This record gives sequence, C-alpha cells and structure tokens, in this order.
Amino acid sequence: MAHQPSSVPIERELDIVTARQKGRELAARLGFSSTDQTLLATAISELARNIVAYAGSGRIELSQVEEPGRRGIEIVALDAGPGIADVELALKDGYSTGNSLGVGLPGARRLMDDFELRSKLGVGTTVTAKKWLR
Amino acid sequence: MAVPILKQGEFLIASIQAALSDHDLVDLRDELAGRIGRFRARGVVIDVTALDVLDSFGTRTLRGIAHTARLRGAKCVVVGIQPEVAFAMVQLGLSLDGVPTALDLEEGLFLLGARGGDGASAV
Repeated sequence: MAHQPSSVPIERELDIVTARQKGRELAARLGFSSTDQTLLATAISELARNIVAYAGSGRIELSQVEEPGRRGIEIVALDAGPGIADVELALKDGYSTGNSLGVGLPGARRLMDDFELRSKLGVGTTVTAKKWLR
Repeated sequence: MAVPILKQGEFLIASIQAALSDHDLVDLRDELAGRIGRFRARGVVIDVTALDVLDSFGTRTLRGIAHTARLRGAKCVVVGIQPEVAFAMVQLGLSLDGVPTALDLEEGLFLLGARGGDGASAV
C-alpha cells in the first residue's frame, strides 16, 4: 500500500496552522480517535512553532508508519537552524532559551508515544515522533 | 478583524474561530483592551469553543488577554475549552494561571454576573 508522506514547509507562523490541520486530517484518515487527533495536532503545533522560533524555517513531514502488529503516524520536524547545544536540557520542563514557557519539546514528547531528538550545532535539528493507533 | 467581538450589556463577547493564527490572537488582545475602555465594559467572555488546538503560545496569549482585560478593569472568563483540548493542555503542562473558566457562554455570563435581557449587538 503506497502512502505519500506529506511535507509542509514551515516558514512563517501561518504554516503552523497548515501543518497541524494536515496532521489532523491524516490522523482522522488512519482512524485515530478525536482525542488522539487533538493530541497529535497539538504536538505538531509545538514542533512547528519551535522551527519558526529557533530555526526560522524548516519543514514538517507527516506519514503513516507500519510495524508488525501496529499502525501509526510519524511526524518528522526538520530544520537547518543553529541546533540545540544540550538536548537533555531542551527536553526538560520549563527550560527555554527563547521567550517561551519551555514546554514545547517536553510537552510534545508527552503527547506522543515515541520521540527522538537529534541535533547538531550549526547543522540543525530533527525530531522524529510517532503515535500508535490503539 | 478575525475575531468578532459582540457587546452584550456591559460585557464583551469574543468568539474565537477555528484555525486562528498567532497574529489574530495578538490582534484580539489589542482590540479588546481598546474596546473595554470605549464601551466601559465590566467583563469579557472569550469563547474558544471552535478552537481545536490550544498550544503553549495560544495558552500564553489567552492568559495575556485575560490579564490585560483585568488590568483594564474588566473581569475576564474563558469559556468552551473542548474536552480534547483540555486533555492536551494537561499533558503539555499548560494552565490558564488563575483565569476563570466556564463550560459555555451562558455559564460564563452567569459567572460575570450578567443580568441578561440586553440582547447582543455587534460593535
């Protein structure tokens, strides 16, 4: 079964809304409950917001993932921004280098089932997060 | 103006539409702060029933709107947070920090002490 991953360019604040709407649509199509759709859309919103705030631009890729016995949705948030110096610290609640609450990354992690953050200073940041259908 | 603001008696009612941009929310804050003075409003209800996502920025801005309204002398109540939105906010660790909330517009107006019977009019 072919499923095209969709890629949403994140360049300005309005793109955040587009990304979360696309994520919600895909989640609905895959059969996620309306609560899970909202949790996903909120996680996408936070990840997209981080791109705008810290990297300036990037993209959000949304796709269906399948593993033996389970199906889900994968969000990949990529940017070629400054990168995160201390990934562990960035995932701590209440920590922020910008003018924010510092809930974005740790919050998005809690909203998703799997969460992986890779970042390299001067190269960029990639967050890969999955949520499984239950 | 992306967010319609209605006047009902001494209260203002702002109904936030779905897929609101950050900019619209900031506009709403500025617009409300002005109208509270112009209409000598005693209270503001912000209805977020149509909002499908309240992320950290949205929550922070909403809080800012409520605090600004309070500093301008109007009580502010946020109504209509959907159950899914509430779950997501809890998981994100977001709170409205003492901003009163109510189930819906009716309860919100009740909380502000509306006497009713004025009829809403667009301003």
